[in-house]
Amino acid sequence: MTAVESTPVEATSPGAPITTTRGRAIRLTLRLVVLGYLTFILALPVFMVFWRTFEDGLEPVLRAISRPAFQSAFWMTLQITAIAVPVNTVFGILAALMLVRRRFPGRSLLNALIDLPFAISPVVIGLSLVLVYGKNGWFGEVLSDLGIQVIFAMPGMVLATMFVSLPFVVREVMPVLREIGTDQEQAAYTLGASGWRTFWRVTLPSIRWGVIYGVILTTARSLGEFGAVAIVSGKISGKTETLTTHVEERFQAFDLVGAYTASIVLACMALLVLLAMTVYQSGWLGRRIGRGHQHAASDETVR
Amino acid sequence: MSLGSGTAAAVRGPASTRYDGRGLLGPGITAAYLSLLVLIPISAILWRSVSDGLDEFWAAITSPQALAALQLTFTVSGIVTVINALIGTAIAWVLVRDDFAGKPFINALIDLPFALPTIVAGLTLLALYGPQSPFGINAAYSQVGIMLALLFITLPFVVRAVQPVLEELDREMEEAAASLGASSPTVLRRVVLPNLLPAILTGSALAFARCIGEFGSVILIAGNIPYRTEMASVYIYGQVEADKPGSASAVSVVLLVVSLAVLVVFDILRRRISRHEEASA
Repeated sequence: MTAVESTPVEATSPGAPITTTRGRAIRLTLRLVVLGYLTFILALPVFMVFWRTFEDGLEPVLRAISRPAFQSAFWMTLQITAIAVPVNTVFGILAALMLVRRRFPGRSLLNALIDLPFAISPVVIGLSLVLVYGKNGWFGEVLSDLGIQVIFAMPGMVLATMFVSLPFVVREVMPVLREIGTDQEQAAYTLGASGWRTFWRVTLPSIRWGVIYGVILTTARSLGEFGAVAIVSGKISGKTETLTTHVEERFQAFDLVGAYTASIVLACMALLVLLAMTVYQSGWLGRRIGRGHQHAASDETVR
Repeated sequence: MSLGSGTAAAVRGPASTRYDGRGLLGPGITAAYLSLLVLIPISAILWRSVSDGLDEFWAAITSPQALAALQLTFTVSGIVTVINALIGTAIAWVLVRDDFAGKPFINALIDLPFALPTIVAGLTLLALYGPQSPFGINAAYSQVGIMLALLFITLPFVVRAVQPVLEELDREMEEAAASLGASSPTVLRRVVLPNLLPAILTGSALAFARCIGEFGSVILIAGNIPYRTEMASVYIYGQVEADKPGSASAVSVVLLVVSLAVLVVFDILRRRISRHEEASA
């Protein structure tokens, strides 16, 4: 500390606070602390699961995969995701368009509602759906008269998944919509394009990267949702189990390999999602919009 | 994801909306969708929590087991949030300012907790810090185990909030301060941290909100021993399973109110600090 104060000449040279021995020591220590922390809290645990899964070879894993309960859970997860993600994407784009481009009564209330799923426990979300769509719920009688079972069945699980993953597309698309403005849309409209045509040819192409990123996040959340689905599904083995509730069920049944195997399948899907996120973030769009100013900044440091 | 996202829209005046103009059809569908999915269910929780009377509500949230669960939840979440604020800022600093082989890989790794299902996160931690731990560390069925799980799943919040701000931060400001004779700690305290504080607060608030509602990652590692390692979300789950929706709703409302209050208070704090920074700049 005193070294820097007494030798201002050294301090004015570029990057001075870091090139000093003391600065380098601090930097190395910090790097070690951070890498150590990440190793012990992130990397090693994930590695351990892979290790434990294949500890006794492939055979127990294959046996776990061939169990009917696993396969039904696997397909259930895929089906829920295949419904929840497109529905949330369409409504997410619509909601983002309405919230950014339109003024209507109750707009700020809707805007606040969108963030709510991030602030609520998944368990609470599950409970709230049971209270509305369950047998004794607000809509229970109407639904049972119509012969529709929502809770303890797939519709409820889809609803729960849609609820928890609701904000992603909306929140990824809204800033992009604000950034692109309405000039191009107005131009298209002036040139006689219809509303739909303008949306498909002008708006959607401009927001597509926001949409894609939102879809990636929605997919990750849909595949991995546990709490909300656990409550609304009733976790009926072979019927309403998803991969995540299957992990818990196997664990409670002391079938660790079964739990690990299902976990690995989920983890591999998560790694794919992570890969997509990384590719997206380092992709051309990331450089063009997200990192635009960063380039300016690095030019300055070079100068 | 941020709370202040409404402001930019407010500044921009009424935009041209003719191209999708079918009156209130669009807003109507949006409102219906959000109502069926979010508004009505949340209203049902609020209504159910008091539908047996306020006395029942009070009795539900002050039952010894519920109180213990709430107290544990808020304490553990608070500790985890503070740790996250510190280590998250350090991680962001290393990712932005440091340079070493494999940095892009580490950077990608940060998002893992967002991609990995929470139940898998819990199981992975149990594999390393459970009864079969290769290090001989058994944190299963303890409050330490709960904290590990929460630290895992909330890791990205502060890092990803601070990182872009640190990237934007003008190095010249720090160099100027250093050239004027400020020591490294002074530069850190007077120049860097004040600029990062709003982002740290935003990330911390999101992490805290996430912690108090967390379920999937703690259910396996916590052991869920009433009065000792039972988190509020697990308690609510138990009440639902025991067919006590009234008491489950009451505790849910407490979580909901605290979570929203924290998000709002942190947002106000963040705005105040940002404004102060702008004024003094």
